[in-house]
Amino acid sequence: MLTLDDLGVLRDVRASADAVTVTITPTYSGCPALEAIRDDLRAALTDAGYRSVEVRTVLSPPWSTDWISDAGRAKLAEHGIAPPGRIGPRAAGPIPLALGRPPARVACPRCGSRDTEELSRFGPTACTALHRCTACREPFEHVKEI
Amino acid sequence: MSDNVYDSLAETHEDGQWAFGTGFEDVQEEITAPVPDGVDAADLAQYCLMLGDDALICAQRLSEWVANAPELEEEVALANTALDLLGQARVLLARAAHLGAGADEDALAFQRAEPEFRNVALAEIGDDLDFARAIARLLLFSTWRLALLERLVTSRDPVLAAVAGKGVKELAYHRDHAAHWAVRLGDGTDVSHTRMQAALDAVWPYVDELFRTSEVEARLPGVAVDPAETRGAVDAVLDQVLAAATLTRPSRPGAGTIGGRGGRQGVHTEALGHVLAEMQSLARQHPGATW
Repeated sequence: MLTLDDLGVLRDVRASADAVTVTITPTYSGCPALEAIRDDLRAALTDAGYRSVEVRTVLSPPWSTDWISDAGRAKLAEHGIAPPGRIGPRAAGPIPLALGRPPARVACPRCGSRDTEELSRFGPTACTALHRCTACREPFEHVKEI
Repeated sequence: MSDNVYDSLAETHEDGQWAFGTGFEDVQEEITAPVPDGVDAADLAQYCLMLGDDALICAQRLSEWVANAPELEEEVALANTALDLLGQARVLLARAAHLGAGADEDALAFQRAEPEFRNVALAEIGDDLDFARAIARLLLFSTWRLALLERLVTSRDPVLAAVAGKGVKELAYHRDHAAHWAVRLGDGTDVSHTRMQAALDAVWPYVDELFRTSEVEARLPGVAVDPAETRGAVDAVLDQVLAAATLTRPSRPGAGTIGGRGGRQGVHTEALGHVLAEMQSLARQHPGATW
Protein backbone atom coordinates (compact mmCIF):
# COMPACT_ATOMS: atom_id res chain seq x y z
CA MET A 1 0.00 0.00 0.00
CA LEU A 2 1.24 3.47 -0.92
CA THR A 3 1.12 5.51 2.28
CA LEU A 4 0.90 9.22 3.07
CA ASP A 5 4.36 8.86 4.57
CA ASP A 6 5.68 7.39 1.29
CA LEU A 7 4.31 10.43 -0.55
CA GLY A 8 5.85 12.95 1.83
CA VAL A 9 2.37 14.30 2.57
CA LEU A 10 2.65 13.22 6.22
CA ARG A 11 4.87 15.77 7.97
CA ASP A 12 4.60 15.01 11.68
CA VAL A 13 2.86 12.77 14.19
CA ARG A 14 2.68 13.43 17.92
CA ALA A 15 0.86 10.93 20.07
CA SER A 16 0.22 10.54 23.79
CA ALA A 17 -1.81 7.82 25.50
CA ASP A 18 -5.17 8.80 24.03
CA ALA A 19 -4.51 11.89 21.89
CA VAL A 20 -2.77 12.28 18.58
CA THR A 21 -1.89 15.25 16.38
CA VAL A 22 -1.03 14.60 12.75
CA THR A 23 0.38 17.23 10.42
CA ILE A 24 -0.05 16.91 6.66
CA THR A 25 0.74 19.16 3.69
CA PRO A 26 -1.02 19.42 0.33
CA THR A 27 0.81 18.41 -2.85
CA TYR A 28 -0.77 21.27 -4.81
CA SER A 29 -2.60 24.32 -3.41
CA GLY A 30 -5.95 23.12 -4.70
CA CYS A 31 -5.51 19.39 -4.19
CA PRO A 32 -9.07 18.08 -3.79
CA ALA A 33 -7.84 14.85 -2.18
CA LEU A 34 -6.84 16.72 0.95
CA GLU A 35 -10.34 16.58 2.45
CA ALA A 36 -10.54 12.83 1.85
CA ILE A 37 -7.06 12.34 3.32
CA ARG A 38 -8.03 14.30 6.41
CA ASP A 39 -11.24 12.33 6.92
CA ASP A 40 -9.49 9.00 6.34
CA LEU A 41 -6.87 9.93 8.90
CA ARG A 42 -9.51 10.89 11.47
CA ALA A 43 -11.40 7.67 10.91
CA ALA A 44 -8.29 5.46 11.03
CA LEU A 45 -6.94 7.09 14.18
CA THR A 46 -10.31 6.97 15.91
CA ASP A 47 -10.58 3.27 15.01
CA ALA A 48 -7.08 2.81 16.43
CA GLY A 49 -8.39 3.97 19.82
CA TYR A 50 -7.36 7.62 20.04
CA ARG A 51 -10.02 9.64 21.81
CA SER A 52 -8.71 12.98 20.61
CA VAL A 53 -7.57 13.29 16.99
CA GLU A 54 -6.29 16.52 15.49
CA VAL A 55 -5.28 16.78 11.83
CA ARG A 56 -3.31 19.93 11.05
CA THR A 57 -2.54 21.14 7.54
CA VAL A 58 0.52 23.26 6.83
CA LEU A 59 1.63 24.91 3.58
CA SER A 60 5.23 25.59 4.44
CA PRO A 61 7.72 24.23 3.55
CA PRO A 62 6.10 23.54 0.17
CA TRP A 63 5.76 19.87 -0.78
CA SER A 64 8.26 18.56 -3.27
CA THR A 65 8.22 15.32 -5.24
CA ASP A 66 11.76 14.83 -3.86
CA TRP A 67 10.00 13.93 -0.58
CA ILE A 68 8.52 10.78 -2.12
CA SER A 69 10.47 7.89 -0.62
CA ASP A 70 12.26 5.19 -2.62
CA ALA A 71 9.64 2.72 -1.42
CA GLY A 72 6.93 5.15 -2.55
CA ARG A 73 8.50 5.43 -6.00
CA ALA A 74 8.62 1.66 -6.33
CA LYS A 75 4.98 1.37 -5.30
CA LEU A 76 3.89 4.07 -7.76
CA ALA A 77 5.62 2.17 -10.58
CA GLU A 78 4.02 -1.08 -9.41
CA HIS A 79 0.65 0.58 -9.83
CA GLY A 80 1.46 1.74 -13.36
CA ILE A 81 2.32 5.34 -12.45
CA ALA A 82 5.76 6.59 -13.50
CA PRO A 83 7.47 8.12 -10.46
CA PRO A 84 9.05 11.60 -10.65
CA GLY A 85 12.77 12.15 -11.20
CA ARG A 86 14.85 13.85 -8.49
CA ILE A 87 15.15 17.60 -8.94
CA GLY A 88 17.23 18.76 -5.96
CA PRO A 89 17.21 22.30 -4.59
CA ARG A 90 16.21 25.05 -7.00
CA ALA A 91 18.89 27.45 -8.27
CA ALA A 92 18.67 31.03 -7.00
CA GLY A 93 17.23 33.76 -9.23
CA PRO A 94 14.16 33.93 -11.45
CA ILE A 95 12.79 30.62 -12.73
CA PRO A 96 13.89 30.46 -16.38
CA LEU A 97 11.32 29.78 -19.09
CA ALA A 98 12.58 26.90 -21.23
CA LEU A 99 11.03 27.10 -24.69
CA GLY A 100 11.85 24.49 -27.27
CA ARG A 101 13.09 21.94 -24.77
CA PRO A 102 11.39 18.64 -25.59
CA PRO A 103 9.59 16.99 -22.69
CA ALA A 104 11.71 14.42 -20.84
CA ARG A 105 11.30 10.81 -21.92
CA VAL A 106 9.90 9.07 -18.90
CA ALA A 107 10.51 5.33 -18.56
CA CYS A 108 7.35 3.30 -19.07
CA PRO A 109 6.27 1.83 -15.70
CA ARG A 110 4.94 -1.29 -17.43
CA CYS A 111 7.68 -2.36 -19.83
CA GLY A 112 10.57 -0.07 -18.86
CA SER A 113 11.05 1.32 -22.36
CA ARG A 114 12.18 4.92 -22.77
CA ASP A 115 10.40 5.13 -26.12
CA THR A 116 7.64 7.22 -24.60
CA GLU A 117 6.01 10.53 -25.40
CA GLU A 118 4.07 13.14 -23.50
CA LEU A 119 0.39 13.17 -24.42
CA SER A 120 -0.71 15.95 -22.14
CA ARG A 121 1.10 18.13 -19.63
CA PHE A 122 -1.87 17.79 -17.30
CA GLY A 123 -3.27 14.42 -16.25
CA PRO A 124 -6.37 13.31 -14.40
CA THR A 125 -5.02 14.70 -11.12
CA ALA A 126 -3.15 17.91 -10.36
CA CYS A 127 0.10 16.06 -9.69
CA THR A 128 0.31 13.96 -12.86
CA ALA A 129 0.90 14.34 -16.60
CA LEU A 130 -0.22 11.88 -19.25
CA HIS A 131 2.33 9.90 -21.30
CA ARG A 132 2.24 7.03 -23.77
CA CYS A 133 4.67 4.22 -24.37
CA THR A 134 5.37 3.67 -28.05
CA ALA A 135 6.92 0.24 -27.32
CA CYS A 136 4.07 -1.44 -25.42
CA ARG A 137 1.48 1.08 -26.63
CA GLU A 138 0.03 1.68 -23.17
CA PRO A 139 -0.76 5.15 -21.84
CA PHE A 140 0.40 5.93 -18.31
CA GLU A 141 0.48 8.72 -15.76
CA HIS A 142 3.68 10.41 -14.63
CA VAL A 143 4.04 12.28 -11.36
CA LYS A 144 5.34 15.71 -12.41
CA GLU A 145 8.50 16.88 -10.68
CA ILE A 146 7.89 19.90 -8.47
CA MET B 1 -16.24 4.28 6.64
CA SER B 2 -17.84 4.47 3.24
CA ASP B 3 -15.95 3.89 0.01
CA ASN B 4 -17.80 6.82 -1.51
CA VAL B 5 -15.59 9.86 -1.10
CA TYR B 6 -18.58 12.21 -0.94
CA ASP B 7 -20.21 10.20 1.82
CA SER B 8 -16.99 10.22 3.78
CA LEU B 9 -16.86 14.00 3.47
CA ALA B 10 -20.44 14.47 4.59
CA GLU B 11 -20.22 12.16 7.56
CA THR B 12 -17.65 14.22 9.41
CA HIS B 13 -19.20 17.60 8.65
CA GLU B 14 -22.31 17.71 10.74
CA ASP B 15 -23.96 20.48 8.76
CA GLY B 16 -23.67 18.33 5.63
CA GLN B 17 -22.55 21.26 3.51
CA TRP B 18 -19.53 21.00 1.38
CA ALA B 19 -19.91 22.83 -1.90
CA PHE B 20 -20.25 26.32 -0.51
CA GLY B 21 -21.08 27.84 2.85
CA THR B 22 -19.40 24.68 3.98
CA GLY B 23 -18.16 22.95 7.00
CA PHE B 24 -14.69 22.98 5.44
CA GLU B 25 -12.49 24.19 8.22
CA ASP B 26 -9.51 22.64 6.58
CA VAL B 27 -7.56 25.69 5.63
CA GLN B 28 -3.93 25.71 6.49
CA GLU B 29 -2.74 26.16 10.00
CA GLU B 30 -0.70 29.20 9.06
CA ILE B 31 -3.67 31.55 8.51
CA THR B 32 -3.89 32.29 12.23
CA ALA B 33 -0.30 33.58 12.35
CA PRO B 34 0.02 36.93 14.14
CA VAL B 35 0.20 40.13 12.10
CA PRO B 36 3.87 41.14 11.69
CA ASP B 37 5.08 44.03 13.87
CA GLY B 38 4.19 47.48 12.63
CA VAL B 39 1.73 46.20 10.03
CA ASP B 40 -1.86 47.40 9.93
CA ALA B 41 -4.15 44.35 9.94
CA ALA B 42 -6.71 46.03 7.68
CA ASP B 43 -4.04 46.79 5.08
CA LEU B 44 -2.75 43.23 5.24
CA ALA B 45 -6.30 41.92 4.81
CA GLN B 46 -6.79 44.15 1.75
CA TYR B 47 -3.55 42.88 0.24
CA CYS B 48 -4.62 39.27 0.81
CA LEU B 49 -7.89 40.11 -0.96
CA MET B 50 -6.00 41.57 -3.93
CA LEU B 51 -3.90 38.46 -4.51
CA GLY B 52 -6.74 36.15 -3.52
CA ASP B 53 -9.29 37.81 -5.80
CA ASP B 54 -6.84 37.78 -8.75
CA ALA B 55 -6.59 34.01 -8.33
CA LEU B 56 -10.29 33.41 -7.62
CA ILE B 57 -11.63 35.40 -10.55
CA CYS B 58 -9.03 34.10 -12.99
CA ALA B 59 -9.87 30.56 -11.85
CA GLN B 60 -13.55 31.21 -12.49
CA ARG B 61 -12.78 32.46 -16.02
CA LEU B 62 -10.58 29.44 -16.73
CA SER B 63 -13.35 27.14 -15.51
CA GLU B 64 -15.61 28.41 -18.29
CA TRP B 65 -13.50 26.28 -20.61
CA VAL B 66 -14.68 23.07 -19.02
CA ALA B 67 -16.75 21.33 -21.74
CA ASN B 68 -15.68 24.00 -24.23
CA ALA B 69 -11.96 23.43 -24.87
CA PRO B 70 -10.76 22.39 -28.33
CA GLU B 71 -9.60 19.03 -27.00
CA LEU B 72 -10.07 17.02 -23.83
CA GLU B 73 -6.43 17.34 -22.76
CA GLU B 74 -6.67 21.11 -22.91
CA GLU B 75 -9.83 21.11 -20.89
CA VAL B 76 -8.03 19.16 -18.18
CA ALA B 77 -5.09 21.56 -18.41
CA LEU B 78 -7.18 24.71 -17.95
CA ALA B 79 -9.25 23.12 -15.19
CA ASN B 80 -6.12 22.04 -13.32
CA THR B 81 -4.66 25.51 -13.69
CA ALA B 82 -7.89 26.93 -12.28
CA LEU B 83 -7.73 24.46 -9.40
CA ASP B 84 -4.22 25.59 -8.42
CA LEU B 85 -5.34 29.22 -8.43
CA LEU B 86 -8.48 28.38 -6.47
CA GLY B 87 -6.33 26.68 -3.84
CA GLN B 88 -4.19 29.80 -3.54
CA ALA B 89 -7.30 31.97 -3.35
CA ARG B 90 -8.79 29.92 -0.52
CA VAL B 91 -5.80 30.44 1.76
CA LEU B 92 -5.56 34.14 0.95
CA LEU B 93 -9.28 34.74 1.47
CA ALA B 94 -9.22 32.73 4.70
CA ARG B 95 -6.30 34.86 5.91
CA ALA B 96 -8.20 38.05 4.95
CA ALA B 97 -11.25 36.78 6.85
CA HIS B 98 -9.11 35.94 9.88
CA LEU B 99 -7.81 39.52 9.77
CA GLY B 100 -11.36 40.88 9.88
CA ALA B 101 -12.30 41.36 6.22
CA GLY B 102 -15.28 39.01 6.45
CA ALA B 103 -16.86 36.06 8.23
CA ASP B 104 -14.92 33.39 6.35
CA GLU B 105 -13.54 32.52 2.91
CA ASP B 106 -16.96 31.57 1.57
CA ALA B 107 -18.58 34.80 2.70
CA LEU B 108 -15.81 36.71 0.95
CA ALA B 109 -16.14 34.71 -2.25
CA PHE B 110 -19.92 34.51 -2.46
CA GLN B 111 -21.34 37.50 -0.63
CA ARG B 112 -19.27 40.45 -1.75
CA ALA B 113 -20.46 42.79 -4.51
CA GLU B 114 -18.33 44.03 -7.39
CA PRO B 115 -16.86 47.15 -5.71
CA GLU B 116 -15.62 44.98 -2.83
CA PHE B 117 -13.49 42.79 -5.10
CA ARG B 118 -9.86 43.82 -5.45
CA ASN B 119 -8.69 41.85 -8.50
CA VAL B 120 -7.06 43.43 -11.55
CA ALA B 121 -9.12 43.74 -14.73
CA LEU B 122 -6.95 41.19 -16.57
CA ALA B 123 -8.37 38.46 -14.33
CA GLU B 124 -12.00 39.33 -15.03
CA ILE B 125 -12.20 40.17 -18.74
CA GLY B 126 -13.99 37.62 -20.88
CA ASP B 127 -12.44 35.70 -23.74
CA ASP B 128 -15.66 34.76 -25.60
CA LEU B 129 -14.29 31.20 -25.60
CA ASP B 130 -11.61 32.26 -28.07
CA PHE B 131 -8.79 29.86 -27.20
CA ALA B 132 -6.05 32.25 -28.32
CA ARG B 133 -7.41 34.91 -25.97
CA ALA B 134 -7.49 32.45 -23.10
CA ILE B 135 -3.83 31.66 -23.81
CA ALA B 136 -2.87 35.32 -24.18
CA ARG B 137 -4.48 36.14 -20.83
CA LEU B 138 -2.92 33.14 -19.12
CA LEU B 139 0.50 34.04 -20.49
CA LEU B 140 0.30 37.59 -19.17
CA PHE B 141 -1.35 36.63 -15.89
CA SER B 142 0.94 33.74 -15.03
CA THR B 143 4.12 35.57 -16.03
CA TRP B 144 3.15 38.53 -13.84
CA ARG B 145 1.89 36.48 -10.90
CA LEU B 146 4.99 34.29 -10.96
CA ALA B 147 7.18 37.42 -10.81
CA LEU B 148 5.10 38.68 -7.86
CA LEU B 149 5.23 35.37 -5.96
CA GLU B 150 8.97 34.95 -6.57
CA ARG B 151 9.43 38.19 -4.64
CA LEU B 152 6.76 37.41 -2.07
CA VAL B 153 8.54 34.32 -0.72
CA THR B 154 10.58 36.60 1.56
CA SER B 155 7.53 38.53 2.83
CA ARG B 156 7.51 39.27 6.56
CA ASP B 157 4.01 37.83 6.67
CA PRO B 158 4.34 34.06 7.06
CA VAL B 159 1.04 33.35 5.26
CA LEU B 160 1.98 35.36 2.19
CA ALA B 161 5.43 33.75 2.19
CA ALA B 162 3.92 30.26 2.46
CA VAL B 163 1.35 30.83 -0.31
CA ALA B 164 4.12 32.26 -2.49
CA GLY B 165 6.53 29.41 -1.81
CA LYS B 166 3.96 26.91 -2.93
CA GLY B 167 2.47 29.04 -5.71
CA VAL B 168 5.80 29.68 -7.44
CA LYS B 169 6.01 26.04 -8.52
CA GLU B 170 2.43 26.07 -9.78
CA LEU B 171 2.69 29.37 -11.63
CA ALA B 172 5.92 28.32 -13.35
CA TYR B 173 4.03 25.37 -14.81
CA HIS B 174 1.08 27.56 -15.86
CA ARG B 175 3.44 30.01 -17.56
CA ASP B 176 5.23 27.19 -19.30
CA HIS B 177 1.95 25.85 -20.65
CA ALA B 178 0.70 29.23 -21.88
CA ALA B 179 4.07 30.12 -23.42
CA HIS B 180 4.26 26.85 -25.35
CA TRP B 181 0.76 27.39 -26.75
CA ALA B 182 1.57 31.03 -27.65
CA VAL B 183 4.59 29.81 -29.61
CA ARG B 184 2.70 26.96 -31.25
CA LEU B 185 -0.12 29.26 -32.38
CA GLY B 186 1.97 32.35 -33.11
CA ASP B 187 4.57 30.42 -35.09
CA GLY B 188 1.95 28.12 -36.67
CA THR B 189 -0.25 28.66 -39.69
CA ASP B 190 -1.25 32.04 -41.10
CA VAL B 191 -4.64 31.68 -39.46
CA SER B 192 -3.32 30.70 -36.03
CA HIS B 193 -0.71 33.48 -36.19
CA THR B 194 -3.33 36.10 -37.05
CA ARG B 195 -5.65 34.94 -34.30
CA MET B 196 -2.89 34.73 -31.67
CA GLN B 197 -1.74 38.26 -32.55
CA ALA B 198 -5.33 39.53 -32.39
CA ALA B 199 -5.74 37.85 -29.00
CA LEU B 200 -2.60 39.47 -27.66
CA ASP B 201 -3.77 42.85 -28.97
CA ALA B 202 -7.13 42.36 -27.21
CA VAL B 203 -5.69 41.66 -23.74
CA TRP B 204 -2.73 44.04 -23.93
CA PRO B 205 -4.62 47.17 -22.73
CA TYR B 206 -4.96 45.45 -19.33
CA VAL B 207 -1.20 45.06 -18.82
CA ASP B 208 -0.47 48.57 -17.51
CA GLU B 209 -2.67 48.07 -14.47
CA LEU B 210 -0.56 45.10 -13.37
CA PHE B 211 2.41 47.31 -12.57
CA ARG B 212 0.56 50.17 -10.86
CA THR B 213 1.38 50.41 -7.15
CA SER B 214 -1.75 50.79 -5.03
CA GLU B 215 -1.94 52.78 -1.79
CA VAL B 216 -2.20 49.56 0.19
CA GLU B 217 0.87 47.98 -1.40
CA ALA B 218 2.83 51.20 -0.81
CA ARG B 219 1.97 51.01 2.91
CA LEU B 220 3.28 47.44 3.25
CA PRO B 221 7.02 47.50 2.52
CA GLY B 222 8.65 44.16 3.26
CA VAL B 223 5.23 42.52 3.42
CA ALA B 224 3.72 43.23 -0.01
CA VAL B 225 5.57 43.24 -3.32
CA ASP B 226 5.61 46.54 -5.18
CA PRO B 227 4.23 45.41 -8.55
CA ALA B 228 6.16 48.15 -10.34
CA GLU B 229 9.33 46.19 -9.48
CA THR B 230 8.18 43.20 -11.51
CA ARG B 231 7.92 45.01 -14.83
CA GLY B 232 11.48 44.29 -16.02
CA ALA B 233 11.24 40.59 -15.25
CA VAL B 234 7.82 40.28 -16.88
CA ASP B 235 8.93 42.17 -19.99
CA ALA B 236 12.00 39.96 -20.37
CA VAL B 237 9.91 36.77 -20.36
CA LEU B 238 7.26 38.23 -22.67
CA ASP B 239 9.95 39.37 -25.12
CA GLN B 240 11.37 35.84 -25.12
CA VAL B 241 7.97 34.33 -25.86
CA LEU B 242 6.96 36.92 -28.47
CA ALA B 243 10.24 36.46 -30.35
CA ALA B 244 9.87 32.67 -30.43
CA ALA B 245 6.22 33.02 -31.43
CA THR B 246 6.93 35.61 -34.18
CA LEU B 247 4.39 37.88 -32.50
CA THR B 248 4.60 41.66 -32.34
CA ARG B 249 4.44 43.44 -28.98
CA PRO B 250 1.23 45.46 -29.17
CA SER B 251 1.34 49.19 -28.51
CA ARG B 252 -2.12 49.97 -27.31
CA PRO B 253 -3.32 52.45 -24.71
CA GLY B 254 -4.21 51.05 -21.30
CA ALA B 255 -7.79 50.24 -20.39
CA GLY B 256 -9.76 48.99 -17.42
CA THR B 257 -9.00 51.90 -15.11
CA ILE B 258 -10.76 55.23 -14.58
CA GLY B 259 -8.76 58.25 -13.46
CA GLY B 260 -6.00 56.00 -12.18
CA ARG B 261 -8.43 53.88 -10.18
CA GLY B 262 -8.84 50.23 -11.08
CA GLY B 263 -9.48 46.82 -9.63
CA ARG B 264 -7.23 47.41 -6.62
CA GLN B 265 -9.59 50.25 -5.62
CA GLY B 266 -12.75 48.27 -6.45
CA VAL B 267 -13.30 49.91 -9.84
CA HIS B 268 -14.06 47.14 -12.31
CA THR B 269 -15.03 46.56 -15.91
CA GLU B 270 -18.52 45.42 -16.83
CA ALA B 271 -17.15 41.88 -17.10
CA LEU B 272 -16.85 41.28 -13.34
CA GLY B 273 -20.61 41.53 -12.85
CA HIS B 274 -21.10 38.68 -15.31
CA VAL B 275 -18.46 36.57 -13.58
CA LEU B 276 -20.02 37.12 -10.16
CA ALA B 277 -23.54 36.50 -11.44
CA GLU B 278 -22.52 32.99 -12.41
CA MET B 279 -20.13 32.31 -9.55
CA GLN B 280 -22.40 33.57 -6.76
CA SER B 281 -25.93 32.84 -7.94
CA LEU B 282 -26.33 29.44 -6.30
CA ALA B 283 -24.90 30.55 -2.98
CA ARG B 284 -27.02 33.72 -2.99
CA GLN B 285 -30.28 32.00 -3.94
CA HIS B 286 -29.86 29.21 -1.42
CA PRO B 287 -27.84 30.62 1.49
CA GLY B 288 -26.72 27.83 3.79
CA ALA B 289 -28.15 25.17 1.48
CA THR B 290 -27.14 21.60 2.22
CA TRP B 291 -26.57 18.65 -0.10
